[in-house]
Amino acid sequence: MRRHAAARFAVLATGAGACGACDYRRGALDPASPDAMLIQILWWVFFWTAAFVFTGVLVALAVALYRGRGRATAQGSSPDVHPDAALERRTERAVLAATALSVVILVSLLLASVFGGRTLFRSPHAPLHAKLVAHQWWWEIQYHGKTASDLVTTANELHLPAGVPVDVELASADVIHSLWIPNLHGKRDLIPGHLSHLVLRPARPGSYEGRCAEFCGLQHAKMDLRVIVEPPAQFSAWLTAARRPAPPPATASAQRGAEIFARGPCGMCHGVVGSKASASAGPDLTHFASRAWLGAGALPNSALNLRAWLEDPQAVKPGVQMPPTRLPAGELDDLLAYLGTLR
Amino acid sequence: MRFTGFAAGVMLLLAGASCRREERRFSEPAARLARPVHAAQQPSGAPVAAFVDNAWSVSEGQRLYGWFNCAGCHSLAGGGGMGPPLRDAEWLYGGTPEAIHRSIVEGRPNGMPAFGTRVPDYQVWQLVAYVLSFSGRLRLDVAPGRPESIALGEPASLTDRKNPRPPAVHP
Amino acid sequence: MTTASERTQNDAREDARLRDELAFTWQLARGLRGWFSETNSQVIARRMLVTAFVFFALGGVEALLMRLQLMQPANHLMGPDRYDQLFTTHGTTMMFLFAVPVMQAAGIYLVPLMIGTRSVAFPRLNAYAYYTYLFGGLLLYVSLFTNTGPDTGWFSYTPLSNSQFAPGKRVDVWSQVVTFTELSALATATNLIVTILKLRAPGMALSRMPLFVWAELVTSFMVVFAMPAVMLASMYLAMDRLVGTHFFNSAAGGDPLLWQHLFWFFGHPEVYIIFLPALGMVSSIVVTFSRRAIVGYLPMVLSLVTTAFMGFGLWVHHMFATGLPQIGQSFFTAASMMIAIPSGVQIFCWIATLWRGKIELRTPLLYVLGFVAIFVLGGLSGVMVASVPLDLQVHDTYFVVAHLHYVLIGGAVFPLLGGVHYWFPKLGGRLLDERLGRVSFALAFVGFNLVFFPMHLLGLHGMPRRVYTYRADAGFGTLNLVATLGVFVLGAGLLVILVNVLRSLARGPVASNDPWRSATLEWSLSSPPPAYGYVHLPCVTGRYPLWEGGIAGVVRDMDPRQRQVLVTSALDAAPDHVYPLPGPSLWPFLAALASGVTIVILLFTPWAVPIGTVLGTICLCGWFWPRAPHEPLLAEQP
Repeated sequence: MRRHAAARFAVLATGAGACGACDYRRGALDPASPDAMLIQILWWVFFWTAAFVFTGVLVALAVALYRGRGRATAQGSSPDVHPDAALERRTERAVLAATALSVVILVSLLLASVFGGRTLFRSPHAPLHAKLVAHQWWWEIQYHGKTASDLVTTANELHLPAGVPVDVELASADVIHSLWIPNLHGKRDLIPGHLSHLVLRPARPGSYEGRCAEFCGLQHAKMDLRVIVEPPAQFSAWLTAARRPAPPPATASAQRGAEIFARGPCGMCHGVVGSKASASAGPDLTHFASRAWLGAGALPNSALNLRAWLEDPQAVKPGVQMPPTRLPAGELDDLLAYLGTLR
Repeated sequence: MRFTGFAAGVMLLLAGASCRREERRFSEPAARLARPVHAAQQPSGAPVAAFVDNAWSVSEGQRLYGWFNCAGCHSLAGGGGMGPPLRDAEWLYGGTPEAIHRSIVEGRPNGMPAFGTRVPDYQVWQLVAYVLSFSGRLRLDVAPGRPESIALGEPASLTDRKNPRPPAVHP
Repeated sequence: MTTASERTQNDAREDARLRDELAFTWQLARGLRGWFSETNSQVIARRMLVTAFVFFALGGVEALLMRLQLMQPANHLMGPDRYDQLFTTHGTTMMFLFAVPVMQAAGIYLVPLMIGTRSVAFPRLNAYAYYTYLFGGLLLYVSLFTNTGPDTGWFSYTPLSNSQFAPGKRVDVWSQVVTFTELSALATATNLIVTILKLRAPGMALSRMPLFVWAELVTSFMVVFAMPAVMLASMYLAMDRLVGTHFFNSAAGGDPLLWQHLFWFFGHPEVYIIFLPALGMVSSIVVTFSRRAIVGYLPMVLSLVTTAFMGFGLWVHHMFATGLPQIGQSFFTAASMMIAIPSGVQIFCWIATLWRGKIELRTPLLYVLGFVAIFVLGGLSGVMVASVPLDLQVHDTYFVVAHLHYVLIGGAVFPLLGGVHYWFPKLGGRLLDERLGRVSFALAFVGFNLVFFPMHLLGLHGMPRRVYTYRADAGFGTLNLVATLGVFVLGAGLLVILVNVLRSLARGPVASNDPWRSATLEWSLSSPPPAYGYVHLPCVTGRYPLWEGGIAGVVRDMDPRQRQVLVTSALDAAPDHVYPLPGPSLWPFLAALASGVTIVILLFTPWAVPIGTVLGTICLCGWFWPRAPHEPLLAEQP
């Protein structure tokens, strides 16, 4: 692994340098895992080969035009139906040579691609398991533990430990979605009725964006997955905290909010571990307040945004499967107070 | 000439029906909760037609029927189980759209919960529209197709004799 | 004994008499009823071309609206529902209602003229194909304007397109539009195959056919094999939605992936169906404007055939992200990369022809140069997406949108526009303005690259396809803005072409028979050709008859009182027999109405099946009502 670090850095530097002032370090061109790095290396191999071929073709075309215009000026424009045989043979040999060169280039690229693919999908042993279920239009994430009570269910945020491979089992609850975290790996479709796996091995701590990459309906555009990669110790701390149920609400307002949540429309779809609300049709909200975004990337998670979202989610994400919450102002404040305790 | 006029008329009619059928209404005015009403009090002029003529509303009703676990008692295609069937012509508390709406909102004896405080009114109407499809009372072009039942788990192999595929129980 | 001058005078009088009789026999039907009964292949082809370009304009407007929405992050020009209908209709229009029909229409118009015959083999089937296509397009647009436009993408993946997730009639409309257009394409392909194999001029062996005719022949065979797959797929989808079958429902033994396999088995050959005739146009233009025979005629033909065969073995490259076994994927990677070789051979042959030729740099050739630049770039990005690891990053992103537009616009539309400038004098009888042509090319080329080149970067940076909006902090704003501005430049270029055409039709210089001094047979006719095409059917002895000293000989003693064509043998074009074609007939239009009404009613009730059977039987009986042999076909058919 370490031997290749220098090579990787060299390729990265070349790529970055070649692009000059443009900020190319985004998405697939900003790898944060060995898998994404391999794809990026392959990308630059293909890119420079393509640039070479493209330039070659354009130069040949330009020369052909130059010579052809020259010949037209010199020899007029009577058509040449029986061209000189020897010259024709030379021309045809040139075409053959170009074709042979194309074959060599294509076969080389093919081999690079096939071997790259094999390396990419050589599944390393992954000590950690997670499960990702795609819904219209949010992501459900589960972490299983040794016992049933260790189950963590969360939504729209995938936490991963840096440097530790995680085997993510992928499933879909409704239509075909596609998980795409460009900084970490290629994409994988989540197809109802099929189960698949993707092993993610983030190397660099940070916060990355994942998206749905298969058109899945009205809000395909707002189905973002936030991927948070932390050092293993921090990740373990997070997982331990996530396993705890939501604390009982402390203030009277929050207690009233908890009642409204469980007895009202919220509890018909959402669940909070440790409360009376245990539905699972919508995202689990046990630790909702500690998430950075709401609505799968629709809005940053702030009190103001949450109020707007609750009052009319359809204005933010038209078509989302959550109805407006029509509560009197006091009750809405209580509900917001309760939601704020769900860390 | 007359034929052209007739054809144009037919197209306009179809177009009108099309517009109502295909509308996707994301912001419903009737988003307030359907608080339980006294049995004698009729719900105020609910636009039943707006839901029963709208394919998207019926499809939302289908989704909610699963999400709110109506299927748990009435089963997936309204065949009944713990709860009475919704497919036949026997309605214990009335089978008109308004009566079904009241049953959902108020609850009924022997196990039907009252959803009035928990479900916005327009979603109740979407459920009503879907329930009407069980007894074939929706227009053909609005009626839902068969649901996609998603089996989350290892898909059974067709050649695996040790674990034969369970019989599909779908409408 | 007649003298030489008397013989010439006699011949001239004979020719004049022949012209008059042919004009009478082949006269166009008149009046409103006549308009619907017309079966003359030139007329039908012109209608198809106009209809296809109207759909092109509509698809372009849809693209403009989409780009206006995406110009800025979090834009509110339209919501997701409207946007989804727009991008689906844009794709469906361009792929099903523009690209394939326009290439087939060009074939219907040019192929009979290029092979030295008077009409396609089945004039009534040709008319039926046109009306069916028209009705399919009308269905789509009437639906779009009544909020019933399809909204699940032009390839409509299941289960999103099944009735639970796509309620209403929108997807049903889509699957019926597909049925209409595939029916039309199959009919036209059959027509072209038989025309090309059986109606060629005596002496025009397969090895002497123009490359455009080869391209249309190969394409038509591809249509015959590819279209049934999508008809089947759309039928299964319609059945899942309307009848309750479970083809694509995994919980009951079906599989959503089955849709993808069935669709893409058609979908990949579809792009070659669009692309190959354009290559034929490029060959015609390159030959004419380098004033020489093409370099490597045999490799060119073999490349067309190889591309067609290989095109059927690539479809899984649309499904690399679905988790299919790796070995299978590698096979499709190999095939997808290797198909670049026959295309490469063609590019090298064209460059070689230009290299060894005497070049006249006119507008059609400018568009061909644009084609080479854009298509080669698109093909190279295609080699990139053929690689599984790379595709897993860029699949379903704007990188693929860039790739597909580079190969489709570069590979098909630019040659088509070059072909428009090249053949317009023949079709319209007037010359297009050369200056306006150059301006249109410059605007189109620059505009196109402004729109689509940034999309490569957008895809790599993380912008997926088919999104109606994106966040401001995603960093996609600048490139999207550039792309939208480019649309106006590209649109301006296309508008200049329209202005050029309209101006030319109104008051352009009248075109002679052969304004480009070309080689192939269609340039021996007047511009535009008369309804009967050739006064005497020509015989040929080489590939470039007009350059090899003119037409070698003519067929004599055909009966001008019947609409006769000469049927020749398939390989060597040895004359076989004379065949009388039918004249104008209302049955193709009525049959298209019958099948159209059936298909539309099928959206709503299965009663369409018996209704359609009855209507169809009536129409087929009328269509095939036996004629008395040797009856002069001057009167209109009932």
